[in-house]
Amino acid sequence: MAITLKINGKNKSVDAAEGTPLLWVLRDHMGLTGTKFGCGVAQCGACTVHVDGVPIRSCITAHEDVEGSDVTTIEAASGKVADAIRAAWEELAVPQCGYCQAGQIMSAINLLETNKSPTDDDIDNAMSGNICRCATYVRIRAAIKDAAKSV
Amino acid sequence: MFMHLAQPQTAAHETPPKTISFEIVNLSRRRFVKGASGAAFTLAIAACAPNKPSTVSEAVAPIPDNSAVASGPLVFISIAADGRTQITNPRSEMGQQVITTVAQMIADELEVAWDKLEIKQAVGDAKYGDQNTDGSTSVRNHFKRFRMAGASMRQMLTQAAANEWGVDISECSSELGVIKHSSGKTLTYGDVAAAASQLEVPAEDSVKLKSRKEWRYIGKDQTSFTIPDVIRGKGTYGIDVRVPNMLYAVVARPPTVFGRIKSLNDRAALAVRGVTKVIRLPDPQGEAAAFQQLGGVAVIATDTWAAIQGREALEIEWEAGANGNYDSESYGRQLRATARKSGAVKLKRGDVAAAMEGAAKTVTAEYYAAHLSQSPMEPPSATAQWTDGKVECWACTQNPQAARSTVAAICGIPEEDVTIHVTLLGGGFGRKSKPDFIVEAALIAREAGAPVKVTWTREDDVRHGYFHAVSAQYMQAGLDAAGKPTAMLHRTVFPSINSTFGPADEGSNFELSLGATDAPWAVPNLQVEVGKAKAHIRIGWLRSVANVYHAFANQSFAAELAEAAGQDPKDYLLAMIGSDRQIDLSKDGVTYPNYGASLEEHPIDTARMKAVLNKVADMAKWGRDVPDGHGLGISVHRSFLSYVATAIEVAVDAEGKISFPGIWVAVDAGTVVNPANTKVQMEGGTLYGISNALYGEITAKNGVVEQGNFPDWRVMRINESPHKVEVHIMESDAPPGGVGEPGTPTAAPALANAIFAATGQRLRSLPLLGQNDRLKMTKEG
Repeated sequence: MAITLKINGKNKSVDAAEGTPLLWVLRDHMGLTGTKFGCGVAQCGACTVHVDGVPIRSCITAHEDVEGSDVTTIEAASGKVADAIRAAWEELAVPQCGYCQAGQIMSAINLLETNKSPTDDDIDNAMSGNICRCATYVRIRAAIKDAAKSV
Repeated sequence: MFMHLAQPQTAAHETPPKTISFEIVNLSRRRFVKGASGAAFTLAIAACAPNKPSTVSEAVAPIPDNSAVASGPLVFISIAADGRTQITNPRSEMGQQVITTVAQMIADELEVAWDKLEIKQAVGDAKYGDQNTDGSTSVRNHFKRFRMAGASMRQMLTQAAANEWGVDISECSSELGVIKHSSGKTLTYGDVAAAASQLEVPAEDSVKLKSRKEWRYIGKDQTSFTIPDVIRGKGTYGIDVRVPNMLYAVVARPPTVFGRIKSLNDRAALAVRGVTKVIRLPDPQGEAAAFQQLGGVAVIATDTWAAIQGREALEIEWEAGANGNYDSESYGRQLRATARKSGAVKLKRGDVAAAMEGAAKTVTAEYYAAHLSQSPMEPPSATAQWTDGKVECWACTQNPQAARSTVAAICGIPEEDVTIHVTLLGGGFGRKSKPDFIVEAALIAREAGAPVKVTWTREDDVRHGYFHAVSAQYMQAGLDAAGKPTAMLHRTVFPSINSTFGPADEGSNFELSLGATDAPWAVPNLQVEVGKAKAHIRIGWLRSVANVYHAFANQSFAAELAEAAGQDPKDYLLAMIGSDRQIDLSKDGVTYPNYGASLEEHPIDTARMKAVLNKVADMAKWGRDVPDGHGLGISVHRSFLSYVATAIEVAVDAEGKISFPGIWVAVDAGTVVNPANTKVQMEGGTLYGISNALYGEITAKNGVVEQGNFPDWRVMRINESPHKVEVHIMESDAPPGGVGEPGTPTAAPALANAIFAATGQRLRSLPLLGQNDRLKMTKEG
């Protein structure tokens, strides 16, 4: 039975099997492929999206559980913090292959939205759930600090 | 009227990149139009820059669209009447910024403005030359070819303008897309593109390349074409491809290589909502897995999750086959035992046995390194669509030509009937050079009668990989009374990559040339031997390949000898490398592949090796006092024709927890096309090496890989990462070396050497931590 989800500010009708993770609804049903599959078990963070402003791992979140919530994906992440993060990411050339970066950015946006000047420990806590196999961590850390300064 | 274009531009690196386009983007909006040549061609669809039109205009190619050109320089370049310049990138983008780098090489010689560039991704086709994006070759093997393409085209455009004016070409010059006659008349590239397309491609010896000081983009920090897309969720990776009416599949593969299905019950799987079909894949043929599919059962469904659920519901009994006894623990013991015995001699200099006899002191050490998985963040994924007996595939492949030939061979159709579209790659590290996953997609889509995307889950990726070889090495050295090495023996034992492609039971000359036979030691008596080792899982190349374990052993052992001699490890290492010279391995009986390059152009140059070593020592302030629990380690290695030295400062606390107060890298990659990106690659290569050295371990029992996902296949996270990696690029006019891989081999030995300096504990077995968070503080290695 179809349910309605609010994705990036728009109501979308979805007819997927109960329990289907939000990740696959976004990617396969809605064509929002910016949110990535990396592990399927909430270990790598590539699938991070915001639900009512809070980062969650969409690979282990049943889509029906976000009915009535606002879901924001990388494609629609916007605002002052998101702009500052993207600007810093571009300036420091953070991404290499870029595959994990949607998740990194979604985690970083929430970090700066809730903590205007994060310490190294704060960054570790907020970002250690996001794996980058290219190991862009040095630049991620620096970019978060740069973005914090500009917000 | 175009004079303003010839004005000096702002610094090249400040010009924002323009568009990048991949044919695979949004297939439902694909356009077919007629090019000037009359051949139908696919227009690339701009994937980036939201303010740009969604399609490249139809007038893009007065010079025949390069998809219709047979070969030669035009294959990479087409120019529109309005001057927009489309560069076709034949290499695979996996984060090394090859799109940008290729554009730099072509656009520099073409002499075209950076903001006029549009990038099109090439399909897999021999007309583009070598497309295998592997071995850090994109610049080092193609530096001249890409520049020649640009320069040839520039010459043709200039000739066309000269023809139009009725003057000799020698009276004409060109700058940033504008051709100028000595009288002051000008024409743009766009004005003459159609006429130029009718001219013969000039002979290579008639084309003049720029001098180094004339380079506009080469050697500059041009910004990435891909990053603006990627940070907006817009880059299209293999796993992101969408084709109308597409279905989704996952595959239950035999847990052992060459395992087979004994029995299959798919009733429950077919009852899963969304599952449309279950099919058996053909078993791989012959003795070698090569690039074949692994066999097993594909579950096809209306979304990926349903396919995964369907796979869970399959009841399959497997027959393990000949590899069902593989136990990596006992295998590791066997490798070590083999390394203690004489092997086949692959390098012989002097008389090691006699020199060992006469040595004042002998030192022996055994090193071990576990299997690794490349595990790019994007697992393998491919989409295939059949039309009238022909197949189109879209995939994150490092090697589209191998994908094309393998799909053709296994599907039994001519290569011309296979099209391989290359997407962005969410990491490659060697895994995506192997097109087995594309073969699966083609086979499944044909059987399904619909376009199908095959997604590998992380467990699939970790369990069914082409693994980096496990290795054991035995090192022995004889020192004279002054502590100087007079004899050295290096035995290396590992399952060869060749075993994936045919019968092979010992390391190949190619693998030995990656850090074993080409070790730079100025030791009068030297011997390198290889021992037997059969493979029982697929062995493949991983970023920097056998250099990883060979550099680990050689560079750790050099530090051990320094310790035995009571000397400073850096000074000792310099002395072991010896005088400035070009090493001639043929004297030692070695046929050295030298990464496919000539030794005249790319000798093994000890002066360059020592220079990076000295530089990194300066950067790290080698020899300074460090706090208690800290230690400095150093290493140097030549790989992929580049020289890299790494110094690492570790801090090991009382509980054995490791952190990184500093990491320094000096690289001599010869001529560097993009310095900023070279630094990024050194950072990434270093941390990839440290991650694998600390945590990387794939094990197998009963032929089945025991790890499956990031909890048990461990990779570095940000809280475990150094905060800084300082990189210095040596100024050099030498021909380009590789950049993507050479940062990795020195990481593990520098780390082990640093831990020794910090703790007195010599660690000879990788990974150092595995699943632990703390070093075991024992005195045993």
